[in-house]
Amino acid sequence: MDAELIAMQLFSGVALGAILIMVALGLSIIFGMLGVVNFAHGALFMVGAYAGLWVASLTGSFWWGLLVAPVAIGLFGMAIERVLIRPLYRRSVDDPLLLTFGLGYVLVEAVRIAFGSDGIPFPTPPELAGVADLGIGFFPIYRLFVVGVVAAVLILVWLCLEKTRFGLIVRAGARDPLIMRVLGVDIAGVWLLVFGLGVGLTALGGVLAAPMRNVNPEMGSLVLAEAFVVTVIGGMGSLVGAVVAGLLVGVAISMTALFAPEMATIVMFALMALVLLVRPQGLFGKPGRA
Amino acid sequence: MTLSAQSLDAGPRPLRARLAARRVPLSILALCLLPWILPSEALAVNVLVYGLVAVGYNLLFGYTGLLSFGHAAFFGTGAYVTGIAIGRFDVPWFAALALGVAAGGALAFVIGLLSIRTRGIYFSMVTLALSQLVYYIALQASSWTGGENGLRGFTVSELNLFGWTVDFLDPVKKYYVIMVFAAAALWFVSRILNSPFGSVIEAIRENETRARACGYDVERTKLISFTLSGLICALAGTLFALHLAIVPLDILHYHTSGMIVMMTLLGGAGSFFGPFVGAFAFLLMEDVVSLWTPHWQIVVGSVFILFVLFLPKGIWGTLMAWRAGR
Repeated sequence: MDAELIAMQLFSGVALGAILIMVALGLSIIFGMLGVVNFAHGALFMVGAYAGLWVASLTGSFWWGLLVAPVAIGLFGMAIERVLIRPLYRRSVDDPLLLTFGLGYVLVEAVRIAFGSDGIPFPTPPELAGVADLGIGFFPIYRLFVVGVVAAVLILVWLCLEKTRFGLIVRAGARDPLIMRVLGVDIAGVWLLVFGLGVGLTALGGVLAAPMRNVNPEMGSLVLAEAFVVTVIGGMGSLVGAVVAGLLVGVAISMTALFAPEMATIVMFALMALVLLVRPQGLFGKPGRA
Repeated sequence: MTLSAQSLDAGPRPLRARLAARRVPLSILALCLLPWILPSEALAVNVLVYGLVAVGYNLLFGYTGLLSFGHAAFFGTGAYVTGIAIGRFDVPWFAALALGVAAGGALAFVIGLLSIRTRGIYFSMVTLALSQLVYYIALQASSWTGGENGLRGFTVSELNLFGWTVDFLDPVKKYYVIMVFAAAALWFVSRILNSPFGSVIEAIRENETRARACGYDVERTKLISFTLSGLICALAGTLFALHLAIVPLDILHYHTSGMIVMMTLLGGAGSFFGPFVGAFAFLLMEDVVSLWTPHWQIVVGSVFILFVLFLPKGIWGTLMAWRAGR
């Protein structure tokens, strides 16, 4: 097996991992702050892809879809938090989980009603079609673009969490929401924004993923399981964990696809089982949480 | 959410206590009448099988307080192993049934060992992921499982045992044969819940730290509860395979786990009659709504959301709370 093929496969693993990072990061931020596992996260990824497709077909430009869909779905996420999840904060942690599972069920069926059950192809935008020669091999430009966008978003999220007043409140609120309230911070408003941000990130992942695979109503259910594996490996609530585990899982999937294709869907679960045996709280998780 | 607190009931033998004392005979009586209430025998068998899965699941979710999203793995494994044993190895039906239950129970033990290392919300994610692993293995091993087309070719037309023969193609006879197994499982669950072990799992649900402080081996108890719950789901799976004579691959998907969770919660998690009530309500709703729209899931999903928001005790739990409050 030549080195060029391996390099190319390694790179498509990174591109796959980049999408997983977007989904897992949103899941992880929402959990870290609100203590809610969003089981509708995969469905919102799918809704994001459809929204991107819809906006792109209305405006005739992929770029509008990429820009508008995550914001619109993020706002939709804020509405979900306000109407459906907020009444459950005083109840058991299982209740928001159950509710979002039901919501995912409803969203998938709603998309089936609006767009049909069959997959819809999402063409690669013409500006990003083709391959680029990087000296060590030819790489699809679109995937390079995806990795670039995800890297930029990660830096933005990191800056927002570490360097701004809002980020300070978010981090403090994740530790002790009660004290934040005593200090006069409107924690409910922060939770609303954090939920919207997390949902927006997964919707962005959906739009970015759409040209790499077909858009179909079931695309979210696979991604949800993958995002769970990434968060369990990386450690819930850890930004670094989501990035490292996302890349790890992406590369593991693409490399197994090269050497043992029948194992490709199974390898990430084996990785997760291994991490659970050695370090149940995940690679970057804090022991108390798991 | 799953607070049942049967022991806290005051007053001279309220309705709940009287029902609880005779819960097994009452359940069996209700199940005997089921095929005559529902529009078709096939629907009645479905209520029976899914009700049994929900009963098994309720032992873990309702009574031990562990929200697993992976029970499709045990249900599906029971079904696949029974189908493969009959179709490929010509094993007699009762031996195939025992094999299916054993395989599902063994899998529950292994998945339980791994997932019980995690707590709270992690537990739901890990059980979901591990059951998806089983799904993909079944998808890949298509020479054994039939892959995406599902497992076929193991129709059982009559059951023989000790010289008795039952025509298994007659829907009414089929229903009552399956009901015998369901009744046995209900009795088994009732025995577990009445035993000291049953009190310990409820103690863990109410306060894990306190149960640990009282000296109970929480991990071991959880693992036993997980395995028992998996065994009952596997039994339901074997009955499902005998009933349908095919095993669709979707039985292993986490959507099936979600359906089991929804049924249990709709009926009332942590109550003895709840799971059957939930399976009955869910499947009847599916049956009725799908008459006028193929998108029945949107209705069922919305009803489920409303239940989580406003009636978290489920149909049966709410009914009992309402009776007690009068």
